[in-house]
Amino acid sequence: MSQISYVSKKVDGLKPSGIRRFFDLAAQMEDVISLGVGEPDFVTPWNFIEQSFHALEHGYTSYTENAGMIELRKEISTYLSKNYRLRYDPYDQVIVSVGASQAIDLALRAVIDPGDEVIVVEPSFVAYVPTVKLAGGTPVTIQTEAEDEFKLKPEQIEAAITPNTKAIMLCNPNNPTGTFLSKEELEQLAEMIEKHDLLVLSDEIYAELTYDEDYTSFPSITGMKERTILISGFSKAFAMTGWRLGYAAGPAQLIAAMVKIHQYTMMCAPTMAQHAALEALKNGRQSVNDMVESYKQRRNFIVSSLNEIRLKCPNPGGAFYAFPSVEATGLTSSEFAEQLLQEEHVAVVPGNVFGANGEGYIRCSYATSIKQLDEAMKRMKRFVEKRI
Amino acid sequence: MKEFEVELLKLIENNANLELDKIAKLMGKRIDEIQELIDKLEKKKVILGYSTLIDWAKVLDEEEVTAMVDVKVTPARGFGFDKVAERIYRFPEVKAVYLMSGAYDLSVSVKGKTMMEIGHFISEKLSTLDSVLSTTTHFVLKKYKHDGIILEDADEDDKRIVVSP
Repeated sequence: MSQISYVSKKVDGLKPSGIRRFFDLAAQMEDVISLGVGEPDFVTPWNFIEQSFHALEHGYTSYTENAGMIELRKEISTYLSKNYRLRYDPYDQVIVSVGASQAIDLALRAVIDPGDEVIVVEPSFVAYVPTVKLAGGTPVTIQTEAEDEFKLKPEQIEAAITPNTKAIMLCNPNNPTGTFLSKEELEQLAEMIEKHDLLVLSDEIYAELTYDEDYTSFPSITGMKERTILISGFSKAFAMTGWRLGYAAGPAQLIAAMVKIHQYTMMCAPTMAQHAALEALKNGRQSVNDMVESYKQRRNFIVSSLNEIRLKCPNPGGAFYAFPSVEATGLTSSEFAEQLLQEEHVAVVPGNVFGANGEGYIRCSYATSIKQLDEAMKRMKRFVEKRI
Repeated sequence: MKEFEVELLKLIENNANLELDKIAKLMGKRIDEIQELIDKLEKKKVILGYSTLIDWAKVLDEEEVTAMVDVKVTPARGFGFDKVAERIYRFPEVKAVYLMSGAYDLSVSVKGKTMMEIGHFISEKLSTLDSVLSTTTHFVLKKYKHDGIILEDADEDDKRIVVSP
C-alpha cells in the first residue's frame, strides 16, 4: 500500500505539544518529583464525590439538557453574581461544557469564519493556538515581555490588529507565568478592545487562585460583558480535573451558537460530574478556601526558594505556577529541563513550549505537597550550584 | 485572633514537626517573627503541647486497648460537673473527658495495656467514686481515623500524570 496519509492537512500541520516529549521522558523514570503538573494535587473534596455517588445510586445516568442541568446553570449564575457581580441569565446565557477546554473550542468554532484572526497572548496555555487553527481561524500571537512581568500592554494589541482581527483570547491569571492583571490593567486593555471592536474569550479558570489582590472578572468591566465569552470550570479551584466539567457565560446569541455545536457534537456534559459540580457550588466554599490558603503558602515557599538558588522569579499573583528565569545557569529552557530531569529526577516544563518568549524560563507547578516541594528545591539547588 | 496567627496554628496543627524556617517561608515572614509568635501563643496557652500521632498497633509488643466509658454522675453542689470531672481526669489512665448532652453525663476515654487492666481501673477506681452512678464501657475494636488522620492504608500515591499542560 502506498504511503497516502488520510490525515487532514489541518491536523497534519499542527505541531505536537512540547509537553508530550517531557511526559514521555519523565514517565520512564522512578522517584521523579514532578513540578510539571498542571492540576491540583488535592483529591476532589469528599462531599462532591459523595454527591455524585448519590446521583448514580438514584439513577441519574441519562443525558441532561444540552446546555447542562438547569439547577447547575442557576448555581453557576448565582456564583458569578456573588463572586464577580456579573448577571447572567441561567436559561440562555450559560452553557455547561466538558471542561473549560471544550468551552474554548465551542466558543472559537461558534465565532470563527475562515480567514478570521484571533489574537493569542503568549506565553500561554498550549491549546489556544491549535484550537484556533482547528476552528479554521488564524492565530496571531503577541509575545509579552519578561520585563513587564509578562503583562499584556494595550499597545501590543493595537500592533497586532489587522482588518481580519475578530477576537482576542485572554487568560487571567495566566498559565504558565502566574501573571495577574489588576482591574486598572484590564480597564486599559478594555479601552483598546472597544476601540477595535474585538470579541473577547476570557479564560478565567484560575480566577479563584489569586493570592494578593481581589480578582476582577473581565466582563465586569464597563462595556465588556456584551463582547465577552467568560470561560471557566471546576478543574482548578475545586480540584476536579478528571471530572471534565467547565462552563461558559456570555451574550445569549453567542451561547445559543455554542449550544448548537455542543448538541451535535457532545450532547451534554457528563451527568454524574454535573451533580458533583452542583454540590461543589452549594457546599464547597470552605474546601476552596482551604486549598487556596495552601497554594498561597506553597507559592511563598517556592518563590523564595527559587530566588535563593538564583533562579530569578517574580512573585506570581495567581494560578499555581512559578515561572523563574534559568538565565543564570547559561542553559536554554529545554537543556535545563532535560538535564534536571536526568540528573536530579525533577520534572519542570521548559518555558518555550508556551510561546517564543517563554525561552529562558521554566514552569514550576507548586500544586505539590510541601514535603515534595522542599525536596525538589534541594535537588534543584544542587543542580544549579554545579552550573553557576 | 489575627489571621496570620490562625494560619500558623493550622500549619503546626497538621504537622508539629514543621521547621521554623519552613514555616517562615510558607507564610512569607522572617524566622524571628515566627519564633516570637510561637512563644506568645505558648505563653497564652493557645499552644498547649506538641504530640506525635503514632499507630501503636504497628509496633510489636506495644499493644494498647482503648475504651470509651459513658459515665452517669451526680453533679456536686456549687461546682456542677467540674469537680467530678476533675476527680476523673487526674487519673493517668484517662486520656480524654468530655461533658455530654444526652443519655449520660461524661464521656471518658481510657487507655490500658489489656482489657483486664482497663476493667480493673473502671471497677476499682472509676465506678467507686461517690458521685458516679453508673458506667457503660465500650471497647474500641479498630481505629480507622483519629484526630482527622486516616490510619488504614492511607492511599496517598500521586495519581496524576507526570507532566500536563
